[in-house]
Amino acid sequence: MIPEIGHFALILALALALAQSVFPLLGAARGNLVWMRVGRTAALGQFLFIVVAIGTLTYAFINRDFSLLYVASNSNSTLPLEFRIAAVWGGHEGSLLMWVLILAGWTVAITRFSRHMPEDFTARVVGVMGLISAGFLAFLLFTSNPFMRLIPAPPDGRSLNPLLQDWGMLLHPPMLYMGYVGFSVAFAFAIAALLSGRLDTAWARWSRPWTTLAWVFLTLGVAFGSLWAYYELGWGGWWFWDPVENASFIPWLVGTALIHSLAVTERRGAFKGWTVLLAIFTFSLSLLGTFLVRSGVLTSVHAFATDPARGTFVLIFLGIVVGGALLLFASRAHRIGLGGSFDPVSRESMLLLNNVMLAVAAGSVLLGTLYPLVLDALGAGKISVGRPYFETVFIPLMAPAMFLIGVGPMAQWKKASLPNLAMRLRWAFAVGVVTALLVPFAMGGWSTPVSLGILLAAWIVTSSLAGLIERLRLSPVPGGILAKLGANSRSYYGMQLAHIGVAVFIAGATLVTGYETEKDVRMSVGDSVEVGGYNFRLDRLSEVSGPNYIASRGEVSVTRDGRAVTVMHPEKRTYGDKKNPMTEAAIDWGFVRDLYVAFGERLNPTTWAVRVYHKPFVELIWVGWLLMSLGGLLAVFDRRYRVAVRKPQHASASLLLDAGAAGAR
Amino acid sequence: MSVRMLLAAALLALIPLAGMARTAAPMAADPALELRLMTLAAELRCLVCQNQTLAESNAELAVDLRNEIREQMRRGASDQDVIDYLVARYGDFVLYRPPLKASTLLLWSGPAILFLVGISLLLRTLMRRRGQIAPTPLSAAARARAQELLGTNSAEEPS
Repeated sequence: MIPEIGHFALILALALALAQSVFPLLGAARGNLVWMRVGRTAALGQFLFIVVAIGTLTYAFINRDFSLLYVASNSNSTLPLEFRIAAVWGGHEGSLLMWVLILAGWTVAITRFSRHMPEDFTARVVGVMGLISAGFLAFLLFTSNPFMRLIPAPPDGRSLNPLLQDWGMLLHPPMLYMGYVGFSVAFAFAIAALLSGRLDTAWARWSRPWTTLAWVFLTLGVAFGSLWAYYELGWGGWWFWDPVENASFIPWLVGTALIHSLAVTERRGAFKGWTVLLAIFTFSLSLLGTFLVRSGVLTSVHAFATDPARGTFVLIFLGIVVGGALLLFASRAHRIGLGGSFDPVSRESMLLLNNVMLAVAAGSVLLGTLYPLVLDALGAGKISVGRPYFETVFIPLMAPAMFLIGVGPMAQWKKASLPNLAMRLRWAFAVGVVTALLVPFAMGGWSTPVSLGILLAAWIVTSSLAGLIERLRLSPVPGGILAKLGANSRSYYGMQLAHIGVAVFIAGATLVTGYETEKDVRMSVGDSVEVGGYNFRLDRLSEVSGPNYIASRGEVSVTRDGRAVTVMHPEKRTYGDKKNPMTEAAIDWGFVRDLYVAFGERLNPTTWAVRVYHKPFVELIWVGWLLMSLGGLLAVFDRRYRVAVRKPQHASASLLLDAGAAGAR
Repeated sequence: MSVRMLLAAALLALIPLAGMARTAAPMAADPALELRLMTLAAELRCLVCQNQTLAESNAELAVDLRNEIREQMRRGASDQDVIDYLVARYGDFVLYRPPLKASTLLLWSGPAILFLVGISLLLRTLMRRRGQIAPTPLSAAARARAQELLGTNSAEEPS
């Protein structure tokens, strides 16, 4: 009975989503305030009904209701509670349900926190979000219903993929979806702007905190996915250029271009058309990413053919969203206007160059991800595109963009001079070069790729510092250094922090790639091996049993120069009916190095193949991504986005100013 | 006590010590060959895995293939010989670095084409943009408001 309530709630949510799109959009077109307001109420109602739906599904998982096909396919009676909850989004249907929940959540947030926007604009944003939601709810109800019964009910369900039975499963997908779906807000803002013809700096200022927030979530989602792969998959790598990873990385690249382009639109009124296009593309790629991962097309293009209903729906939906948005853009493009002028050498032009590099990089990753699928679908042979291809293509494209991080923020808007920039940055560059020359030797041996990577990282840090110092020196704010520091906006510090995050990431990736050591040995109790100056000795082997697995567990004591460092416990787990045992690597986390021990195969009853890694500075990779997202968060909470909320009369004055400025242009 | 017995006693005494500090045997007898094998295997696909390289995988087939490659290398096969052998058996699917041929031409040239298109669009925009719009001076009121909003930023704005 309870799942039927969830099913019914989902149907009601679809009805409300339709109301949420039709009334506000028509109301905005006709100037009918009552119709516009329907959107707010419908959005809240839709959200509540989806909460009911996902609540009943969760209830079914917690109570092991295997009469639901979805529950029986994704959990069994031995699965611990926390993973029965995570299993709600462990499969296709449930993750779509979470998608619409988050979408409705973002919509409600917009109706709450956008009181400073004109009613008709909010109505259009909410209406567009409603259309997207209606599409997804229809997809759920007609092709991917999670409340489908399985009668007679089986005594037990199938097991959740052991790889997903991890705390990462509780955090990574929700985070990633917050980002994916968050870009629907940027998309809705862009469509609303095209519909209303209101594409000005005020629009950019409304859209910017939402877009940045979505980017923050996507950044965390990508980083978390990488971290999870690192500790869960047991190969010791942190990025595999797997299509599933690329599906989240491509929207991230375009989204990064978008937040930079929005900065120019807000400050200078330029790049409006490009910003709108990027908003459309970022969301379209998020949609594509969701469907690539969820449709099974990545494992085999033929998975598509076995379930033509889903595939057809997806293609039509993508076609409507992308095609419709681009048609609208094309029909309104001539009215967009150019905005402020600028010189070929200016902050605007550098941000545009950064956008081109990010877009080309995203396009190349997309090409490499889709190419094997297309080739296979055309029957032109099966090929694999992996790390060698992506690194050959990606690194040369991104390195110049990374270099620009140092120059762009120092360049003036409108017109900058290269000699002047060179003057102001010469010390930063000199310090960067010296660091790049010294670090490889300090790490134990010259390596040109390492030196180049460190040069980029050091350059970003030193040039950011040079920018800050210059700002303080020229600051007209009276008082000491603290007063001058405090006068800078949060978005300025956010930018600096995010850029330094990029540097930290580059440093980590470069150092671990250049200096990690690995040994592949056979070990029985009493054997020891020396890796990276640490001595690893296998002291004990035991069999342990977890809630739904049994594991062979090793006890490895680690010493350095005779002193005890830590004791590590690598495991090889066998889950219920699964044939292949899972590797549970043991990791000793540390800022300057990770120690990583993973069991391979059992060679004989007392001997294991063991891989032992010493990974210097690997954690800087995730620290860097964390800094990037913190920087984004800092920018979201910049005061200028809130001024308008607290003082509405002030906001309308500034809108008038913007409208006046836009008119003058 | 003869010398031989003394020696035997000494050896016996050493056995527990040896047990304490026994160094684990590397999986491969020849580390240089193993490095070459793993470098090559990192660009090859494990055919029975989801998406894993031959170097990373512990699947049975991957282990067998590694043994096969190791054996071929020991007999003096070059990297290219090994690749040719694998492609003949499993097709291009086994290579993570797709070979350049008619069907992959677009794959390998795509990024360069994208780059050239992007850069030429950029240059065209920049050239057209220069001086296309006469700069509009801000009114005094707008300027004051802007300064209030921007705070210290006004210092670096060219006046």
